[in-house]
Amino acid sequence: MTDQPTELSGADTGQAQPATIQYARPPAAVAEARGAGDLTDALIAADQWTDEMVTAAGIPVTDVPFVSVGGGIGSFVTVDYLRIAGVAPNRMAVLSNLDFPWQTYKYLTRVSQIPEPERIRSDSASRPDNIWGFPSYALAEAVTERTVAPLWQVLIEPIWADYYTPKAGRVFAGLERERKRIGYDQMLVKGQVRMIRKRAGGGYFVILTPMVGSAATKRLAYRAEFVHVAVGYPGLKFLPELQDFRTEHQDFHHVVSAYEEHEHVYETARTKHIVVMLRGGGIVASRVLQRLMDDRAKYGLSTEIVHLFRTYIATSHGPNAWNRRKGGNGFAYQGFNYPKSVWGGQLKARMRKLEGTDRADAYKLMGGTNTPWRRRWQAQMNDGRAAGWYRTMAGTVEQMRLEDGKIVSTVKTSAGLVDVAADFVIDCTGLEADIAEHRVLADLLEHSGVGRNPVGRLDVERTFELRGAGSGPGVMYASGATTLGGYFPGVDTFLGLQVAAQEIVDDLARRGFCHRIGTLRSVRQWVRWAQNKTP
Amino acid sequence: MLPTLGGRIQTRLWLLAVIGGLVTLIIGPVLPVSAPLGTVYRDNFLILAAIAVLGIGWECLYHLVMQWRWEKDWPTLFGLVTVVPEGLLVWVLLRAGAIPGIQGTVPAPAYVIDLLAVWLSVWLVANGPMRVPFIRWRFHGGRLV
Repeated sequence: MTDQPTELSGADTGQAQPATIQYARPPAAVAEARGAGDLTDALIAADQWTDEMVTAAGIPVTDVPFVSVGGGIGSFVTVDYLRIAGVAPNRMAVLSNLDFPWQTYKYLTRVSQIPEPERIRSDSASRPDNIWGFPSYALAEAVTERTVAPLWQVLIEPIWADYYTPKAGRVFAGLERERKRIGYDQMLVKGQVRMIRKRAGGGYFVILTPMVGSAATKRLAYRAEFVHVAVGYPGLKFLPELQDFRTEHQDFHHVVSAYEEHEHVYETARTKHIVVMLRGGGIVASRVLQRLMDDRAKYGLSTEIVHLFRTYIATSHGPNAWNRRKGGNGFAYQGFNYPKSVWGGQLKARMRKLEGTDRADAYKLMGGTNTPWRRRWQAQMNDGRAAGWYRTMAGTVEQMRLEDGKIVSTVKTSAGLVDVAADFVIDCTGLEADIAEHRVLADLLEHSGVGRNPVGRLDVERTFELRGAGSGPGVMYASGATTLGGYFPGVDTFLGLQVAAQEIVDDLARRGFCHRIGTLRSVRQWVRWAQNKTP
Repeated sequence: MLPTLGGRIQTRLWLLAVIGGLVTLIIGPVLPVSAPLGTVYRDNFLILAAIAVLGIGWECLYHLVMQWRWEKDWPTLFGLVTVVPEGLLVWVLLRAGAIPGIQGTVPAPAYVIDLLAVWLSVWLVANGPMRVPFIRWRFHGGRLV
């Protein structure tokens, strides 16, 4: 089953259709050089393309049954699952501008103050390099570092210890090993995906702008029966007043995002007394705060921190005793970005049944900005509050101005307007842009028939098939942050990507594209994983 | 694994039957009991069955307790220490002669050794290796079917 090409059948429509899917991925065939190899007005305007239209444009076409667009951890986890389900590398392509799947993740963790020796916010059994989550990161760490401490922590978490979380460096090393094991680089095609359009007769065309000098034409087309969209966050937004300040003053030095390079803030703190204003109450705010507090203690600095919360959480909160989340000192506390059971327990089961506003309301209840309650952070903040160098405020910023080299924010609080002067403002809010800000997603929304879910992201089925994007026997899937708001929360996490990948691969197995991973295959493949042998 | 009620019960029954059964088979001959091996096996499997059947009630109680947890999770340690109330209940029933089919008297040391060996094995398998043969298990709240 798996090793045979699937072909589009014309039987249902009563008309002969060409087989789009070939077993192997042949080199791209340059079409009859009738066009210049670029998109034409006709292609840009049409929702559905014929083979002839692409040929006429002179765009070389490569046939490959499964194409994943994105090339981040979402693509990686999905092709990893498919490799384990028996799909050969030459039946899949990952189109990406990334050199390796965790490139963006690594950048974001580093700038948001999680260097490789630090621990990320993820569960011990959430391993993107191991679909079974066994051995867990804690067990692997215990074995390699010859210590029972990680196992003890998992045993007594979360009541008597903080949740165990793996070190970023360990995560990256595991991903590197798995990348080599599954032959990821054989599937990777570097370039910028421009658009995905339905193909007349079934399947899709994915248009790639290849790396400069790597192809004879400006565009390449991939003709696929199945397409997977995992482009990650459409983009980050600044708080409007911060954006306005940056634009007006052209100051990208004193007002920074935690998601961009801002090492100069910490370097300045080591040379003189500064006041830093933090905006946001999530995990990144906690990380930046930790860095400032760590440096303060380590180098004997006098840095002052003013922490502004838009929504100040003073205590535990929730509608009833069964839905009460811990909170205090401004923060909403939660181990991971959603309650843990959304990844497999009763909340996952419940969300799967909710539609429309019921689902949107459930997202509101358990979502919102939150951060873990960690003993170390609590101790540091308590010290700061007691000594007066860490202050919290609740309110919104009405206006920002430059005064004597300081950034003065006028904060609207419950007690009226208060001016706060700071040397640096760090935006840790991580506001996400609308999905239409992403070029490929905008094109999909306009041309493919996909819609938005109750929270405004891409609308997917429980199988992660994009609703409305079907094309004959072809199916388009999406996973990751762009699908937040669907039947499964927690999509933009390691485990969430694996949940999605499992649903997608099971759906592809039902369609005959790959094997279903049953007990025997699972055990056999796990042994191969343990031996570091190709799937 | 983050359990649903159905998943809890399915997981308990499966693990006690397969892992518990295996451990009971292996440990039977070395238990400090002065009775024929057939009787030891009979009594120990009846105790195992009692833990499984009573466990359905326990799981309902655990599920109720879990509702007070925001995360709707069941910490790893909870899965281990619940051996205490469950083991005590079965012991009381055993002493009261309320477990049908038991022949003779089950000595306390043999009971404790068997119970701990079974419980620890089941708990260890549930916290890792179970995910290898059943890759959907952890995403389905512990359901196997």
